Amino acid sequence: MDFILANLPRFLEGAWMTIQLALFSCSCGLLMALPIALARLSRKRLLSSAATGYVFFFRGTPLLAQIFLIYYGSGQFRHELGALGLWTFFRDPWFCALLSLTLNTAAYSSEILRGAIQAIPKGEIEAAKALGLNRYLLLRLVILPRAIRIGWPAYTNEVVYQIQATSLVSIITIMDITGVARTVGARDFTFFEAFGLAALLYLILVYGFIFLAGRIEKRLGAHLIRPAAVNKPKLAGNIR
Amino acid sequence: MPDFQGYGWLLLDGLVLTLGVAIASMLGALALGLLAALGKLFAPRAGKVLIEVYTTFVRGVPELVLLLLIYYGLPTLVQNTAAKAGYDLSLSINPFVAGIGTLTVIYAAFACEVFRAAYLALPPGQREAAYALGLNPVITFRKVELPQMMRYALPGLGNVWMVLVKATALISIIQLPELMRNADIAARSTRQPFTFFFAACLLYLAITAISMLGQARLERWAARGTTEARS
Repeated sequence: MDFILANLPRFLEGAWMTIQLALFSCSCGLLMALPIALARLSRKRLLSSAATGYVFFFRGTPLLAQIFLIYYGSGQFRHELGALGLWTFFRDPWFCALLSLTLNTAAYSSEILRGAIQAIPKGEIEAAKALGLNRYLLLRLVILPRAIRIGWPAYTNEVVYQIQATSLVSIITIMDITGVARTVGARDFTFFEAFGLAALLYLILVYGFIFLAGRIEKRLGAHLIRPAAVNKPKLAGNIR
Repeated sequence: MPDFQGYGWLLLDGLVLTLGVAIASMLGALALGLLAALGKLFAPRAGKVLIEVYTTFVRGVPELVLLLLIYYGLPTLVQNTAAKAGYDLSLSINPFVAGIGTLTVIYAAFACEVFRAAYLALPPGQREAAYALGLNPVITFRKVELPQMMRYALPGLGNVWMVLVKATALISIIQLPELMRNADIAARSTRQPFTFFFAACLLYLAITAISMLGQARLERWAARGTTEARS
């Protein structure tokens, strides 16, 4: 109890850092996910294989390796990056953390979006085409609203994993919840209390978010209209 | 071909340990997960609640935090409790054991959900038919239900395996010389971090690619004798 009272302010600062990292990386990742998903669905071979390669790389390697590749690996190209004026970014752990988290979640989100787009009943798209909607309007008025409703439950899971994934950036010196716990634990040799409190904070963030997402899902009306393909009992509720 | 300056073998050594840790944790997770799933389905109320608390906790806490909690936290907790009781003891957990233990505990929770869903997906007629034939519950489970569950469970378990393989990279944080840790050592001594981390990434990709092929074969094997409409 004394431990919590003495260290809570620092942990709350860490929690704020975790929230920022999750929020920024998820929003940037979602923005990137749309073009990647569309590229994967594209009929142009070059485009779709480039997107497939991107997704395969970022889903097939550990996030830790990606963080190290960007943060430490960029040092190998210091002169080249310096000549381009990019070295100041890559020297900064905050930037590298955000970049790797974003690239990572973009790959997972694009897969969710692709699945959702493919789950839209063909008739709806044909109907929209028959009404004379051009490709941009088709995407904006028909495909995207529908895909968001279908993909939302899966995307909720993705955000939950992203909140947890941000804990890895503590390894490159960022003071998120885990970073604070490591520092406090090592200083007073109170590892159990420190990591226990960290675990509690993550639980609050994760289940708080799940509660919030459930409310949003209701507003999206996803429970009313869901195509049969997604309604199948979820056996392989994919984790990442 | 990049120049690994003699550190190529270090990477391969790491790969072997990564695979060893992953396989050991997966076996543990399968056993514990099946047990937990059965508990969630059939245990008395208190047992069900306990297992629910366990899966809820594990799925809401990052793997890294849980690993650090077990590796650093548990020994300090035991030492402090012992000190209060008047004993002086010094304790540390081997990173290998801590790593496998943590991954087992985490991925058993995920495997538990997969097994439970697979069990619930079985048509109840299967069980009833087995009972009608006079099989007892244990034999019914082993000979009738489990083989059919595997068909439903394999896609989910394959997913658990792939996530688990990637999660082994975290154990490098507690200095177990697996692939990530050895890549880090090589990167520091050669000052070529990109080369070595990228090589490590390619090795992880190779595991993922081979696992995907293996999973497809296993799924075909588990689905033998069934026909399913394919879209």
